[in-house]
Amino acid sequence: MARTREKEPALGELSPPPPGSGRGEDASLVRRLLQGQELVIALIGVGLALYFVVATPDFATASNGATLSQFIAPIVFFAIAEVFILILGEIDLSVGEVYVLAPFLVTFMANDGVGVIAGIFIALAISCLVGVVNGVITVKLRVPSFITTLGTVFALEGIVLIAANGTQLDMAGTGLTAQIMGGWTWAEIAWALAVVAVFHVLLRKTTFGLHTVATGGNEVAAAEAGIKVDSIKIWCFVLCSFLGGLMGLLDGWHIASLDPSTPGLDFMFYGVAAAVIGGTALTGGRGTMIGACIGAIVLGVLEDGFNILGVNAFAYDLVLGLAILGAMVLNVQLERVRAGGSGRRGSLARVVLRAAARVPGSKPPVEEVSA
Amino acid sequence: MSPLSDGSSVDEVVLRAEGIAKRFGAVVALRDVNLHLRRGEVLGVVGDNGAGKSTLVKIVTGYHAPDRGRLFLDGKEVRFRSVQDARRQGIETVFQDLALVNELSVYHNLFLNREATRGGRLRFLANRQMRAQARRYLDEIEVDIPSVDTPVEKLSGGQRQAIAVARATRQPGVKILLLDEPLAAMGAKETSLIIQLVKGLARQRGVSMLVIDHNYTHLFELCDRVNVIQQGRVTLDKAIAETSLSELTDFMVQSYRSQVGRGRAGG
Ligand SMILES: Nc1ncnc2c1ncn2[C@@H]1O[C@H](COP(=O)(O)OP(=O)(O)OP(=O)(O)O)[C@@H](O)[C@H]1O
Ligand SMILES: [Mg+2]
Repeated sequence: MARTREKEPALGELSPPPPGSGRGEDASLVRRLLQGQELVIALIGVGLALYFVVATPDFATASNGATLSQFIAPIVFFAIAEVFILILGEIDLSVGEVYVLAPFLVTFMANDGVGVIAGIFIALAISCLVGVVNGVITVKLRVPSFITTLGTVFALEGIVLIAANGTQLDMAGTGLTAQIMGGWTWAEIAWALAVVAVFHVLLRKTTFGLHTVATGGNEVAAAEAGIKVDSIKIWCFVLCSFLGGLMGLLDGWHIASLDPSTPGLDFMFYGVAAAVIGGTALTGGRGTMIGACIGAIVLGVLEDGFNILGVNAFAYDLVLGLAILGAMVLNVQLERVRAGGSGRRGSLARVVLRAAARVPGSKPPVEEVSA
Repeated sequence: MSPLSDGSSVDEVVLRAEGIAKRFGAVVALRDVNLHLRRGEVLGVVGDNGAGKSTLVKIVTGYHAPDRGRLFLDGKEVRFRSVQDARRQGIETVFQDLALVNELSVYHNLFLNREATRGGRLRFLANRQMRAQARRYLDEIEVDIPSVDTPVEKLSGGQRQAIAVARATRQPGVKILLLDEPLAAMGAKETSLIIQLVKGLARQRGVSMLVIDHNYTHLFELCDRVNVIQQGRVTLDKAIAETSLSELTDFMVQSYRSQVGRGRAGG
């Protein structure tokens, strides 16, 4: 995008710094965790889970564990996929539709005699290609990513509907491959956790992650420091689409039947919601994979719990909406406390932090990565 | 002047710009800039706001490509395709906007795009090493930053400027340093610290510098020579010993008056 962000200090309240960013060497671990929203949202998740355990005997069962994990896994994928994009201050609306497309590709290819394993690689490559298209149009042609990916989401939807002729299909492939790629009950959640781990390391421990944060935080500065901001952005779109495609394959073998009218946009928005609840800002320059994962788990618990309780699906949307608003309010409040602001504002966060200050003996962090 | 330790002469021209021109749409930032920079020399560049000084810096550092004109490093023509390209040739820059990322810590900013890494091609950040090196370097040049973990957005304007200067001077291979208003927001103590640092680099290590500063007092303290840029051209080139504060001020005001006069006559 042509738009660049150079944040004035005065805007600090509106664009809070990354959770867990450097707080001075004496900040305690607990304090840092709290300031970085992850723990707060994790506690909310635990509270919710406890509520469902008490409210219904069906929640804390082995079979519900499997169901729960299957609610959570896709949201985790979409949340992780969006975090890199959101850190750039961009958004990718199309990732949900890549999710719909990928298993169709494998199935079509299998019907044409292509092996399933080859099909998987080709489908993932095509998913990445969608990311390249999104990235190149956004970066080189300077179309805002919202518009670019709005275009691709409809285009992909059209392609899927035309190719499938609007009818449902059975997912091609069985056996071990299908089991590993989502067929086995716990396969999806295992993939999801692996993805969280890998992408967390990518964001926090590699130059690529640092350069992504730099590009999202101040694109001009990043370019002046010699960072190839264009290729960073394109790579982020590629990673996002790749995760969408991979999740599509997993769900393809998990559900075993493919519906061309699956609402990809909805899935994408759940991912964005989880990322935001977990502490990633839409303004760019900050985001956390762990937070996004916790956010996804909370949404999954909520969805599953409501399902068991038989609560109307509309109520879930209402709660989701309130949760997003609540998370954003908390974000801003926490930032006011961090900035040392006085007065009545930020009182909720202030209480939480004061409680944390009483926790004795937390040792200084050994290693700490900003952003 | 005496030859430097490696036997090369101080008079040797390390950087030469010939006929540099650059426009942004309808705005002509640089028309025809010719200047040169000798080894170990500190060249001051002054000019009104919008005269094209920063644009010149960004061209020399490879951020912008010039529309016309040529750049020579040590007599050989160069064409930088990126900031990285220029850096590889030993050109370091403090940009006017400082090029800092607010969200990142002091040490990540100091090492931005030149991170210490381990793990070969995977490029894992060696944060502990970077943090220690950042601390050591800032202490060495006596820049007062309480913690290198602090996000840059928490620093004062002068501290931010010090970080930007430290980033450019930290590089061992630096041959040419471009400083675009490096002292604009600094207090008296910090200013003299930075001036000492910069002078030291020039005298002891033969680093050549191009300094943009609107404060003529700084320039007279810092520079060996001064160039004036007006309307995208170098209109004055004088050794600092052969000019004075009043002469320079008069020159700037006079040419401003004549411009205004011409403007009136023309319309
Ligand atoms: N990226 C850009 N896009 C469009 N116009 C630009 C760009 N950069 C500079 N300009 C224009 O070029 C002219 C010269 O700008 P420049 O920043 O080089 O001036 P300067 O001499 O550094 O001024 P100052 O003393 O205020 O820093 C100005 O008219 C400016 O508006
Ligand atoms: Mg300037």
